[in-house]
Amino acid sequence: MSDITKQSLSELVENIKSKKLSSSEVTKAFVERSEKSKELNAYITEDYANAFNKAKKFDEKPNLDLKLPGIPMAVKDLFCTKDLRTTAGSKILNNFVPTYESTVTQNIWNEGAILMGKLNCDEFAMGSSNETSFFGNVQNPIDKNLVPGGSSGGSSSAVAAQLTPITIGTDTGGSIRQPASFTGTVGLKPTYGSCSRYGIVAFASSLDQAGPMAQNVKDCALLQEVISTYDEKDSTSIDFKRKDYSKELTKDIKGKKIGIPKEYRVDGMPKEIEELWKKGIEYAKDCGAEIIDISLPHTNYALPTYYIVAPAEASSNLARYDGVKYGFRAEGENLIDMYEKTRSEGFGAEVQRRIMIGTYVLSSGYYDAYYLKAQKVRKLIKNDFDDAYKKVDVILTPSTPSSAFKIGEKTNDPVSMYLNDIFTVPVNLAGLPGISIPAGHDAKGYPLGLQIIGKAFDEQNILNIAYAMEEKINFKNNINDWWIK
Amino acid sequence: MSKNKSEYLINRHDNQYEVVIGLEVHAQVTSESKLFSTSATKFGAEPNTQVSLVDAAFPGMLPVINEYCVKQAIKTGIGLKAKINKRSIFDRKNYFYADLPQGYQISQFKDPIVGEGKVILDMPDGQKEVGIERLHLEQDAGKSIHDLDPKNTFVDLNRSGVALMEIVSKPDLRSPDEVNAYIKKLRSIMRYLGTCDGNMQEGSLRADVNVSVRKKGSKEFGTRCEIKNVNSIKFMQMAIEYEANRQVDLIEDGQTIDQETRLFDTKKNETRSMRSKEDAHDYRYFPDPDLLPLEVSDDFIENLKSEIPELPDEKKKRFIEKFKLSPYEANILVSDIETSNYFENVIKKSDVKLATNWIIGELFAALNEKNLEITESPISAGNLSKLINLIKDGTISGKIAKTVFEQMMEGDKDPQKIVEEKGLKQESDPKALEALIDKVIDDNRDKATEYKSGKVKLFGFFVGQVMKVSGGKANPQLVNEILKKKL
Repeated sequence: MSDITKQSLSELVENIKSKKLSSSEVTKAFVERSEKSKELNAYITEDYANAFNKAKKFDEKPNLDLKLPGIPMAVKDLFCTKDLRTTAGSKILNNFVPTYESTVTQNIWNEGAILMGKLNCDEFAMGSSNETSFFGNVQNPIDKNLVPGGSSGGSSSAVAAQLTPITIGTDTGGSIRQPASFTGTVGLKPTYGSCSRYGIVAFASSLDQAGPMAQNVKDCALLQEVISTYDEKDSTSIDFKRKDYSKELTKDIKGKKIGIPKEYRVDGMPKEIEELWKKGIEYAKDCGAEIIDISLPHTNYALPTYYIVAPAEASSNLARYDGVKYGFRAEGENLIDMYEKTRSEGFGAEVQRRIMIGTYVLSSGYYDAYYLKAQKVRKLIKNDFDDAYKKVDVILTPSTPSSAFKIGEKTNDPVSMYLNDIFTVPVNLAGLPGISIPAGHDAKGYPLGLQIIGKAFDEQNILNIAYAMEEKINFKNNINDWWIK
Repeated sequence: MSKNKSEYLINRHDNQYEVVIGLEVHAQVTSESKLFSTSATKFGAEPNTQVSLVDAAFPGMLPVINEYCVKQAIKTGIGLKAKINKRSIFDRKNYFYADLPQGYQISQFKDPIVGEGKVILDMPDGQKEVGIERLHLEQDAGKSIHDLDPKNTFVDLNRSGVALMEIVSKPDLRSPDEVNAYIKKLRSIMRYLGTCDGNMQEGSLRADVNVSVRKKGSKEFGTRCEIKNVNSIKFMQMAIEYEANRQVDLIEDGQTIDQETRLFDTKKNETRSMRSKEDAHDYRYFPDPDLLPLEVSDDFIENLKSEIPELPDEKKKRFIEKFKLSPYEANILVSDIETSNYFENVIKKSDVKLATNWIIGELFAALNEKNLEITESPISAGNLSKLINLIKDGTISGKIAKTVFEQMMEGDKDPQKIVEEKGLKQESDPKALEALIDKVIDDNRDKATEYKSGKVKLFGFFVGQVMKVSGGKANPQLVNEILKKKL
């Protein structure tokens, strides 16, 4: 089978289960394509030799009852992987090899999947373009000059370019959904507390959530089913009844009430986005859903709130990278000098910017005006959603206010970069699940995504609606393998 | 001159100054494992052998609250008659130091697990109530060791993450003696509860001492200085004395006191400035997003209440009422749980009054001499009880009992056996005593004549002689009676 890498996860699983394909064949196909795709810079660390060994082992004694039998995959380099370097896209962890495995990746290996390598991302997941990575920017397989989105840019690029059948990212303010939208792929940010944060390099603890990224909704549902478990090692993990999302997946969404929030019609939003949204509404109607206008009055405050809460937590979470225990250390005259040099040289500009913002908003005299106020607004934003969900089952919005932008276009304008998260951050602030599905192209032929936001723990509903709409939309990615010579 | 004997005042020229003291006691929670990880907490382990990935703050590691430590803190709160907060919040206290792997300490800032309570002190001139402001749970830091190498500092993370209770008193203490009594009482309560072993040498109990002075009679508080991390009661007292006098001198000199953090130099017996208020850290406290608010139910608290043993104050009351002990005696016997257990074991089968005297008198003196704790006493409660019964039933005299006691101290010997083996049984047969007395009078005819002619003081001489001849075994009471008749 020459077109192994074109197969969806579901097809690969079926072919391995029916023994039409071996894990080794599949692994070889994805590794070979990954090898040919170095120009995308999607990988930070490759682990191909081990992947082949694991595939061979799997084939010798295949357990075909597993959900991801012998499926190779690469994961975002924010997940700690035992004995394989984990950098979080930062120089400060350039040499860090964990002795432990994150719960989410462990869940994946437990279901038979095989690690191929670690995917590029913005440094400590801080960025919307993958340009803050110490390991260089990632190219969007759609177009050489485009960013793949961020922070899970290596992940979105790798899935879109079919270097990995599926992957996982993390989403603190849109880091799964925005890159999915930019690359014409599907990305789900689960409910906060659905996937364990144990072993994931922390950015902003109250917002961080791991989630699946895939080529279609069904694959996304299957991966979500695997990674979402209750974990005693994460105090914010929630013990709720998790569904077999892929088994219960249905296109029958008749009578579902879909809310359209008027506040998401932001000033200066490109006409194409407005039209995409309208088209999305029509697709949903075609599927039998009922459209209801709703209001989320505090939406305007979400972005500033996010850019207080997230940096505040990050400034504290990143204090542990001090050169004392592990990772990069610059020599200094004394302890303070060592700290200053290590952190100045070890962290990139965007990370330093956020540490400074975070330190500032938590400082005595500013705490009440910034952090405390932001927490209050966060509560109001959550209340908005709670009120809306009294009337509707899900909410439909665009994923991003624009299609993928050019590499370098926004690097010197952090605020315009931050604006990219305008539709995604409210979901993180409210701890809700949100999925981005590809829904069309702009005039330049770049993909655009729609976001479906659900009630807490109601991943099934947004997956079902995404699944039904996906069929109506019938999106095709225009990728011509330009990077393969 | 103060009218109250125990009032502690500093006199300068014509002014009298009162000293105001508040303590922040850091008490290590008695627990097998740390506050947010499963690492062991044993004292004295090889450096960095009790460190988990969480304690060393590896990327992606998360804290998980140790329920046992929560129970210990609540029990302590109950022991301090304090309000238990059903909802409390863990905050991050951010600062950089090599022995603080996370770059922050997880503590409780705005919403501690325990609120206001009180501790009763027994002072020579009566009881004194000291208010407790709060008790909160927090992590200990690791240890930096600077003297092993001229250039490098070594870090031991065994303590990193160990659970501490910070117990903050109100500024109710007024003298070094009260501080002594307060620490001892706090320690006693926690040892009764089993929530802190109170071992100051091992650092299980240490305190930051806040000291200010004000003119006697003033209602306003003076500017306070905080003396950091003092680890013995003696040092606390010395530090307070030095610091209070330093502040009085400044005031008398027309200077003002800077609010600052000071260190006590135990070698020079002085405090010195560590950092001023301006240099104080901005800890950027905020709720730890890795932990949910800590919520406990009424049932949870009630269950813990049912596990609370009788505490020193109640025990003291019972000892006074039931056993008719004096407050002084009761205080001594309840001061720590091992002593009170020992006492209660002794009196199960023997006379309370005698037991009290023997424990407070002979036993304490003997233990003191050998530098032993009551738990290490060579004499078991059972055997002390037997000894007391031998005195009570007249088998041996009090004097002989002291000899027996000394032998018991050499090893936990049965007093009955000692008495039998050494033939120390008291002679209480009147006939045998009469014979003895007759012989003594016979041998001392001249003195007997003097006695009869009015030199009654000689009576003691005869008693002594009889006791001597009997080898100390004669029943002194009977000897007295018979002698009176015979002479």
